[in-house]
Amino acid sequence: MNTLIYTILILCAIGVGAALILYFVARAFHVEEDPRIDDVEKMLPGANCGGCGFAGCRAFAQAMVERDDISELYCAVGGGDCMKSVASYLGKVAAEKQPMTATVRCGGSCDKRPRTTTYAGTRSCAIASATYIGETNCAYGCLGYGDCVEACAFGAIRVNPETGLAEVDADKCTACGACVSACPKGIIELRKRWPKNRAIYVSCVSKDKGAVTMKACKAGCIGCGKCAKVCEFGAITVENNLAFIDSAKCRLCRKCVAECPTAAIKMIGLAPLPPKEKTENQ
Amino acid sequence: MANKFIVASAPHVHGDLSTRRLMADVIIALLPALAVSVYVFGWGVLTVTATSIACCVLFEYLVQRFLVGGKTTITNLSAIVTGLLLAMNMPANIPLWIVAVGAFVAICVAKMPFGGLGKNLFNPAIAARVFLLIAYPSQMTTFAAPSVEGFADAYSGATMLAAAKACLVDFGSYDAMGMFAGIQSGSLGEVAAFALLLGFAYLLLRRVITWHIPVAVLGTIALFAAVYGAFAFDTPHVVLNYSLFHLIGGGALLGAIFMATDYVTSPMTTRGMVIYGVGIGLLTMIIRLWGAYPEGMSFAILIMNSVVPLINKYVKPRRFGKK
Amino acid sequence: MRTFPIGGVHPSDNKKWSKASAIEAMELPDVVVVPLAQHIGAPAVVKVAKGDKVKVGELIAEAGGFVSANIHAPISGTITAVDLQPNGQGLRQMAVTIKREGDEWLESIDRSEELVRDCSLEPAEIVARIKAAGIVGMGGATFPTHVKLSIPEGKRAEVLIINGVECEPYLTSDYRTMLERGEQLLVGVSILMKAISVDRAVVGVENNKPDAIEHLKALAKEYVGIEVKALKTMYPQGGEKQLIAALTGREVPPPPALPIDVGAVVCNASTAVAVYEAVQKNKPLVERVVTVTGASLAEPRNLLTRFGTPVESLIARCGGLPEGDVRILNGGPMMGRPMSNLASPVMKGCSGITILSGKDALRGEPSACIKCAKCVEACPMGLEPYLLQRYTVKKAWDEIERNDITSCIECGCCQFTCPANIALLDYVRLAKQTVMGIIRARNTKK
Repeated sequence: MNTLIYTILILCAIGVGAALILYFVARAFHVEEDPRIDDVEKMLPGANCGGCGFAGCRAFAQAMVERDDISELYCAVGGGDCMKSVASYLGKVAAEKQPMTATVRCGGSCDKRPRTTTYAGTRSCAIASATYIGETNCAYGCLGYGDCVEACAFGAIRVNPETGLAEVDADKCTACGACVSACPKGIIELRKRWPKNRAIYVSCVSKDKGAVTMKACKAGCIGCGKCAKVCEFGAITVENNLAFIDSAKCRLCRKCVAECPTAAIKMIGLAPLPPKEKTENQ
Repeated sequence: MANKFIVASAPHVHGDLSTRRLMADVIIALLPALAVSVYVFGWGVLTVTATSIACCVLFEYLVQRFLVGGKTTITNLSAIVTGLLLAMNMPANIPLWIVAVGAFVAICVAKMPFGGLGKNLFNPAIAARVFLLIAYPSQMTTFAAPSVEGFADAYSGATMLAAAKACLVDFGSYDAMGMFAGIQSGSLGEVAAFALLLGFAYLLLRRVITWHIPVAVLGTIALFAAVYGAFAFDTPHVVLNYSLFHLIGGGALLGAIFMATDYVTSPMTTRGMVIYGVGIGLLTMIIRLWGAYPEGMSFAILIMNSVVPLINKYVKPRRFGKK
Repeated sequence: MRTFPIGGVHPSDNKKWSKASAIEAMELPDVVVVPLAQHIGAPAVVKVAKGDKVKVGELIAEAGGFVSANIHAPISGTITAVDLQPNGQGLRQMAVTIKREGDEWLESIDRSEELVRDCSLEPAEIVARIKAAGIVGMGGATFPTHVKLSIPEGKRAEVLIINGVECEPYLTSDYRTMLERGEQLLVGVSILMKAISVDRAVVGVENNKPDAIEHLKALAKEYVGIEVKALKTMYPQGGEKQLIAALTGREVPPPPALPIDVGAVVCNASTAVAVYEAVQKNKPLVERVVTVTGASLAEPRNLLTRFGTPVESLIARCGGLPEGDVRILNGGPMMGRPMSNLASPVMKGCSGITILSGKDALRGEPSACIKCAKCVEACPMGLEPYLLQRYTVKKAWDEIERNDITSCIECGCCQFTCPANIALLDYVRLAKQTVMGIIRARNTKK
């Protein structure tokens, strides 16, 4: 019986002792923190994608609470609604941004862009692009080893095995920009997001001369400039043998699409213009 | 052109090392000890070994096939090595179902949950042995009497270390060299020191392992035993005998050569290997002399396994150009 | 026998294919493409225009900075283009294209075979001639030689080391040069000694080339201060730091330290011959010996080739490409760059074209790391390749920097030895490039 009592007493004493130590240690090392950081963190999406430029959602929340001017801070994942609610909670003014979506600007699918070599190294775009031009003769195109897929925290990018190209699922894309910086070829761009994910863009980033591009890929932009001439809104510029459509100026009129001789201008969620005018002209 | 142009970065050639070759070499190095074991304990040894290997391979196959997915990993022979080492750590007369339990613990608890070969923190065979030692102590420490003539007189049924712990050994008249050349009671892999050393020589020759870990373990054990012996005994002859006894008796050789050198659970740098080996030696002797168990090798290895990540983090190789 | 202190591997040397073939002159190509960046450092600045006529040895591009090198016309003829041309990796670089007309050399170049031993030039004049001739390290690193010979203020050279190691498997261009042009080599060495004012030079040769060692030792008796030393065969002994350690016992500290910090200047054996030609014969660097080799190549050879000659014509000269899978390397199999464009030209750093075919062309399937520590054991710089690989997968660049990645010499020992076939160097190289970029960015910010 004595043994039992002693055991219980000793255990209790140890328990109380440990609790006291814990209490004083916690007091001694207590860090005063703004409770609003916790609240703001809860309002953020919690993806920890780093798209805002901070190490994670908590670091971003801390910056939101501590800075007086939060116009430079933006959480693309949460979007405008999230920013507004955080800003109103903190009594600050949030930046407003166009919704954006990532766009892969390469149309060099397997049938359009012949493979000339077989890459047997580590399947990483960064490693392959440091090794050589890639499996095709285009130095600018998508390598298809999926560095962007790995970078995407939202499962919004995949490499289509049929085309060998990365594809963005615009519904899942939060425009955090992780893929943009992961792509060693700089193919991915954040572009204005139209309703129903509509889009028109030049699906090529090759700065090679037209003849070189054409030899390497049937779907490349050859910099002929026809699209720029037909655009009524001045949205298209041609520089270094490459056309570029400014998504802020583009109105989705689709005229350039019909004009492009290599079909390098891609259209998503839109029906092509009726071809009648063109046939009449010719 | 009929050519397919392959492109990959340098280096463009590869040496002849492969995981499978390394594992096969470990298996080959264990064969002498296995052969002696069969000679000493009879054909039952092969049943235990076969059961252990078969169960390990089967469990690994099943886990990979149904739980992990992906390509089967049994072709790298690591499951066979685990099975063989596990068998080496068991008495010859152990019930086969205990062997199966051991294989289950090795593969399904110690190895695969961590991510399979290369990711496990603890040596699977050692983890299984320790589990069995705690779960089935009597079966794990009842050793069959060797069926060799002229041997059964001494310590059949108990290991040398157990006898030493019970103060049954007279180190003055005890013939250490005889023990080295001959045979002692114990687990399958513990019976013959010379067969284990033969395996060690083979591993060194094939450059499968370096000398650092075994030498550090055994050196520490020998030194520790000598110092302890110097206090306990009067004549140098007895001290030497005592030191050799600890070196050759029990699982010291098996552990130092085959268990502690397991790639996955040992440090990556030579300096780290020495620290790890010395740690194992010290812990082994502490357990042997003052612990509850007569043998401390497996516990020592297991404890040092858990220190390996720390060693790898802080013990760096000597960089070129830095003294 | 001596070798370097840490790590190293033993790849089978495979020099048997081409070691017995004496150096032959490659036919002159009809058209050459001469890239402006054939060396480490700034690209050369072009000095000719389309339509210009040039003779062999005429300057066509001038060094574009201190660390840069002149480029001379390797054939005589008319410049047909100055534009972007794909290199061996398919990437487009500025190059001068020349269409050949005969083979007319500049009159100032002495093309006789006669050996000129005595050199009465001052050190500065020697360096100036070497600079004018556009000489770069011909072992593959292509570092401009005149930069190496310009000893920085406050530093002093004590010994000249000549790299005759050729530790890279398959290649035999340095070996053949040492055998066939030993006299020129040693005169070149004495000129280099004079250029950096040292009285001692050591030629390091691995003992898998006993005839070269014997030959050079016999010749070296005639020269003061030149010693030929045999080294135990071990890859990567031809690495600058490894060679210095093997021959002098001194270790170059980690970057940014240079060999000169331990009093050593290292030059390749073929470079020494080029120095001889430049200083004694006034001949700029317009050609080099290229080993074309491979187990399945019909006739492996050592070809004296003008720069700008298409690689495919060299392969054709040696019996053409074997059927099936091929991996074509600019250089040897340990450090050579893989090629995707065979129309690309031979350049100053091209010591060989190695062709791996069939199974040799493929890479093994990687499996899980078993932490065998073979890579740590093999690394000649004392790094931990397995750790760097793991951190690279995690993109933990600061950890990688802390683990001394900048010391990596990309020799490939780790990947060569890895039993799990993990492409360690693929990752380590990426990590090194990334970390160097981060360091550069940080330094420019300051």
